[in-house]
Amino acid sequence: MLEIMPKKESGAAERAARVIDIRALSLTFETADGPVQALCEIDLAIERGEFVSLIGPSGCGKTTLLRVIADLETATSGTIMVNGLTPQEARLERAYGYVFQAPALYPWRTIARNVALPLEIMGLSKEERRERVQRNLDLVNLAGFERRFPWQLSGGMQQRASIARALAFDPDLLLMDEPFGALDEIVRDKLNEQLLRLWNKTRKTVVFVTHSIPEAVFLSTRIVVMSPRPGRVHDVIDCGFPRDRTLEIRETPQFLEIANRVRHGLREGHSYVD
Amino acid sequence: MSPLHRLAAGNAFPILVVVVFIVVIWYVAAIFMNLDLQRDKFANANQAYSASDLIEGTMSQDRPRLPAPHQIAEEIDKTVFGLSPSSKRSLVYHGAVTLEATLLGFAIGSALGMLLAVMIVHAASLERSLMPWIIASQTIPIIALAPMIVVIMNQFDVTGIVPKATISAYLSFFPVTVGMVKGLRSPDPLQLDLMRTYSASRLQTFFKLRVPASVPFLFASLKVAVAASLVGAVVAEMTKSEDGGFGARLLAGSYYGQTIQIWAALFAAAFCAAMLVMLVGMIDHAVSKRMGYVR
Repeated sequence: MLEIMPKKESGAAERAARVIDIRALSLTFETADGPVQALCEIDLAIERGEFVSLIGPSGCGKTTLLRVIADLETATSGTIMVNGLTPQEARLERAYGYVFQAPALYPWRTIARNVALPLEIMGLSKEERRERVQRNLDLVNLAGFERRFPWQLSGGMQQRASIARALAFDPDLLLMDEPFGALDEIVRDKLNEQLLRLWNKTRKTVVFVTHSIPEAVFLSTRIVVMSPRPGRVHDVIDCGFPRDRTLEIRETPQFLEIANRVRHGLREGHSYVD
Repeated sequence: MSPLHRLAAGNAFPILVVVVFIVVIWYVAAIFMNLDLQRDKFANANQAYSASDLIEGTMSQDRPRLPAPHQIAEEIDKTVFGLSPSSKRSLVYHGAVTLEATLLGFAIGSALGMLLAVMIVHAASLERSLMPWIIASQTIPIIALAPMIVVIMNQFDVTGIVPKATISAYLSFFPVTVGMVKGLRSPDPLQLDLMRTYSASRLQTFFKLRVPASVPFLFASLKVAVAASLVGAVVAEMTKSEDGGFGARLLAGSYYGQTIQIWAALFAAAFCAAMLVMLVGMIDHAVSKRMGYVR
């Protein structure tokens, strides 16, 4: 049995050096039907350069957890640090790029101008914007589509554009909320490979929400299995494939073993509620 | 495709069918509505008449209850093309007077409408305090309010085009406010969250997200508003007829029982309104195309 992070009691300096450090974090939503506990006593530490997947059934709070990291939701209790800062401070410092479930491109902006949106907001010069837009569209293989409007692109291309947009201002931390959930298997595989290459090349830290087991195992250095009602961390599984892994690793016994552990974790996590 | 097929496929043919249908009904109605007047006329003159004399007579009266379409067409032709545009009897002259007030009122109304919308979207308390009054303002019949606005403004020596434009603006701000509020609120939570992840300021969120998102809503409202502006200007001119305009023309026509003149002015006003709506539609199309809304 692997240990659940944090592996040991660590000092303040060590905590501050982490990209993300979450202790005993809980979040309760006040709804019309009374309080709903979305997250319960979450402990999680993420080091620089990791690719951590949050996996779990619907309603396990994986998206909520990601939103807490992004300061789109506020925890009810517990502590959370992002780059040694509070989530709000980290957000104000533009510490992360967020990729949503849907591309969320602005329909009135061309692809290039969508990617340039964060750069405009951050006040970069026009030349700098153009250069970065070009570089990041190249990175996601969308060169040549600068002047198209979002509706002229396929779903996969739109999601790639939204990744380029998240990368445009070069954040060290990427928060991705089921970015490929709405895409078909073939496109998803391709984008997974591209994302992995990108992560390997840029050495960014990625927190990735998914409900696909193969996707989680293929992409991650660590998989956090969550269980619902209330959302909690059920298991944390190390995933020791090399950084430059290819889709072929999915045929290996090691891959299947990890996938099985994730599956078991998900089933266990689910069993005591249903 | 044969020309006939092409005609049937486009917009022109269906519209033409409706026009022909309306004209036919109109002629029949004109005959029946003017029939007893025509009978009296022949009887007073002690004149024998045939059925065709009678029908012909119903379509050529000076002051018919319902003028026949060709009588209106002749009147429009005479007062638009037959007279110098500076003549007080020229419809072009009156049209220009009305259009001036309409456009000024439309500009003021749209600006006011947008301003109110921006205020409402940014302060929930303003929505609660302003919205009931904005809605109430539109429940007062403009025909009752218009003379009061003119009189009050006269008290303060505000005369000429301004009172008319005010009434015009009074009618046109409302659709703009309603549409623009809806438009400024149209961004979905994801689009708003995105701005938050960039730590965008309220101003940036407003100009880079809310305003562009509201454009289709705004244009839909502007089309309604520009037509309402013209109605407002015409109503104002009926109160303040000394300056001329379609409204003055309608009023003078009804004083002297000049039904043909009334109908001619009505058609000219309707034509102007249609042109204005079309113009806004064309600008809408051009802007939408630039913004990728047109596929």
